[in-house]
Amino acid sequence: MISNISARLLIALIGAIGCLSTAGAEEIVVYSARIEQLVKPLFDAYTQETGVKIKFVTDKEGVLLERLKAEGANTPADLLITVDAGNLWQAAREELLKPVPSATLAGNVPAHLRDPDNHWFGLSIRARTIFYNPQRVKPAELSTYADLADPRWRGRLCLRTSKKVYNQSLVAMMIAEQGEAKTEKIVKGWVANLATAPFPDDTKMLEAIAAGQCDVGIANTYYYGRLLEKRPELPLALFWADQQGRGVHINISGAGVIRYAKNEPGAVKLLEWLSSAKAQNLFADANLEFPVNPAVKPATAVAAWGDFKQDPLNVAKAGEFQAAAVKLMDRADYR
Amino acid sequence: MSTEAAASAMGRESAWRPSPAARLSGWRLATFLVAALILVPIGIVFSAFLSPASDVWDHLVATTLPRLLINTFWLVLGVGAGAALLGVTLAWLTAVCEFPGHRIFSWALLLPLAIPAYVTAFVVISLFDFTGPVQTWLRSILPPAWFWFPPVRGRLGVTLVMVLAFYPYVYLLARNAFMSQGKRTLEAAQSLRLNRVQGFFRVALPMARPWIASGAMLALMETLADFGTVAVFNYDTFTTAIYKAWFGLFSLPAASQLASLLVLIAFVLLLGEQQSRSRRRFAETRPGVRTERIRLQGHRRWLAFSLAALVLFAGFLLPLGQLLLWAAALVAQEFDKRYLEFLWHSLFLSATAALLTGATALMLAYASRLHQDTATRLAVRIATLGYALPGAVLAVGIFIPVIWLDNWLTGLARRFVDLETGWLVQGTLVAMLVAYVARFLAVGHGPIDSAMHRITRSIDEAARSLGVSGAAMLRRVHIPMLRGGLLTALALVFVDVMKEMPITLMMRPFGWETLAVRIFELTSEGEWERAALPAVTLVAAGLIPIILLLRPTDQGSKE
Repeated sequence: MISNISARLLIALIGAIGCLSTAGAEEIVVYSARIEQLVKPLFDAYTQETGVKIKFVTDKEGVLLERLKAEGANTPADLLITVDAGNLWQAAREELLKPVPSATLAGNVPAHLRDPDNHWFGLSIRARTIFYNPQRVKPAELSTYADLADPRWRGRLCLRTSKKVYNQSLVAMMIAEQGEAKTEKIVKGWVANLATAPFPDDTKMLEAIAAGQCDVGIANTYYYGRLLEKRPELPLALFWADQQGRGVHINISGAGVIRYAKNEPGAVKLLEWLSSAKAQNLFADANLEFPVNPAVKPATAVAAWGDFKQDPLNVAKAGEFQAAAVKLMDRADYR
Repeated sequence: MSTEAAASAMGRESAWRPSPAARLSGWRLATFLVAALILVPIGIVFSAFLSPASDVWDHLVATTLPRLLINTFWLVLGVGAGAALLGVTLAWLTAVCEFPGHRIFSWALLLPLAIPAYVTAFVVISLFDFTGPVQTWLRSILPPAWFWFPPVRGRLGVTLVMVLAFYPYVYLLARNAFMSQGKRTLEAAQSLRLNRVQGFFRVALPMARPWIASGAMLALMETLADFGTVAVFNYDTFTTAIYKAWFGLFSLPAASQLASLLVLIAFVLLLGEQQSRSRRRFAETRPGVRTERIRLQGHRRWLAFSLAALVLFAGFLLPLGQLLLWAAALVAQEFDKRYLEFLWHSLFLSATAALLTGATALMLAYASRLHQDTATRLAVRIATLGYALPGAVLAVGIFIPVIWLDNWLTGLARRFVDLETGWLVQGTLVAMLVAYVARFLAVGHGPIDSAMHRITRSIDEAARSLGVSGAAMLRRVHIPMLRGGLLTALALVFVDVMKEMPITLMMRPFGWETLAVRIFELTSEGEWERAALPAVTLVAAGLIPIILLLRPTDQGSKE
């Protein structure tokens, strides 16, 4: 009796181990810093189209990178998705990603939105620009990010905390383009102009502009889109920054194939599909972002904000100069 | 001679009696084993000192560190003092005094525990900051020159929110102490011609000190390790530097080095607490001999009522009300049947982790009762250090050895049975539950250990003389007397696991989404209002153990 039970247990155990190792249908494992609501619809669509199953887990970028580092060659992950270029750059530098020389990806993703060595590719564009209260500011008064450091904005500027990677990327790109000394002067000017302590998130900051706590601020466009969907009456307007100069600061949400991917061909195919015309709208529109694929139009609400000139510098610089940006903002007492 | 001195004379006799048999005791070995297990992640964190990160240090020292330390100091001081003061006052009022609603308040004042501090923080900012309804309304009725409002996103705001979130730790433990002191203690004080105020300060309060101290320690450790709440207020503390070093400067070594300082601070605090406590012994008069409560008279009744009502309102009703409003507006859009799955996962994990943590904590407390040597005591202290680390740092510290173990096991499997096993430990519930125990052992240990201290040692000796010792003594003698402490520990760990984020995120098996994971996903893109639905569900689920486990204990010792 007892030996019978233990024999069954043993068989069950072996069976369970067997299940762990044998993959029945094709499967892709994704580590995603892009949240479930924004990736699951895509994965579901992909599974429906191809029959390939996708398992995924979400977490913060930094934690996912540590996880990949710890797992090393045994990692179950095939693809890494993040919501900024800096962390993809860092993943590539830590040799967690594998170059993907794909003509499809090269065709779908503009050169400045992917790694020069093909370790990662942008999948949607996140534009970070200036927002203002039209009751207090005329668009003619606005021009560049740097101009917000001018003393005439004293007590009129709102910013989100420097601890958010979006601001770190913005300042990193400024360092890459204008050098550290000039950037530090600008950031110090911003801090001097602050109307109130930096905000924990973009939405709260936009609300403060609308409520008149300050007149201008810098935010990602999709927060603005989301806020206006809910409260279209808010006195809040978008201004495309730096159109005479370098262009609007952009970041990407993107992905790279894991160096030790168990299903590399599957991951590459998924990545190519994500950059394709049919997936791009699903990817970008879910969060009112811009598609990277130039052949794809953004959602109507997003297109209504008008065309704008993007900063053409490769977004990889956001990673390269991120640490410098963080330190610079600390020196400038930007909290 | 005070009661305290009498109690200390009673306990002192049995200290330091190591016998050869005791040295090999399984209880002691098990304690060392648990401590060793906890030392692995802590050791990983400390091992960061092997990788130099002096540039990050130089930078932090030159820029933000001084301000961060000052901020942290004030926050810890404010939350520690505030939570202790509020917790003890409310505990005394509900345990000993009679005022309108004292029965309801006695358990209702625990409810703020169920709301994660970061959620309360966001609600407070949404309601009271410049753009919130309160200030908007004030601006609309007051002339601008008269308008003034204290800064919400500042030291005062974050301290208040954390006091409201963490005072229940002190409240719960102190109340247990006051209730079990029994009326006799106060009668003894009266017979010594102390009036009520003197009786409180000179007898009841000193006798309740181990409880108050362990409750305050929990509040302090949670404050030190907190990241979510301070992030909502953008109030930079030591943990801010840890996360900045890691996520901003891409330096996990620097982050770990900073985190190990937190562990050291907690360790010193814990030793200090224990040192001050071990000089005295606290023994219990039989519980449940309460005769009647002190009837508060006149305006004092209403003062007591107002304080309790205000705390309950600000700490629970207000945030819950706001969450319900948000959730109601979005329930159609956000709710789907997966919520039942989230709920089930949260409940299952919290309950299992609570049981495991409770059992481990009980073992530690019993081992340190049987063996009073320095090594055992140190081991117990080490075992409870996981609570002092910021969750994400501890999560990495646990994750790395789990991966090592897995790599080793898969290597073995490959070599000996030629089997591709995949991950055996990582991504299993076992690894996740062990991680929870590592994190929350302090929470389970505090109440149980304080309750254990309450049991007079003469009981052990009586039991031994009747031939009952070891596990049988624990089961038959101590556990029945520890009931209150055990239930408290289970409820606290349950609620804390329910709210926990970083370990859950990192260690969860594929598809094991919980309510806390859901909150993380919605809030990480700034959709706080949409997070109200999982938050409300989480609060409701967290209320279950508070009501189930903690309410009946009152009735047991009522009148």
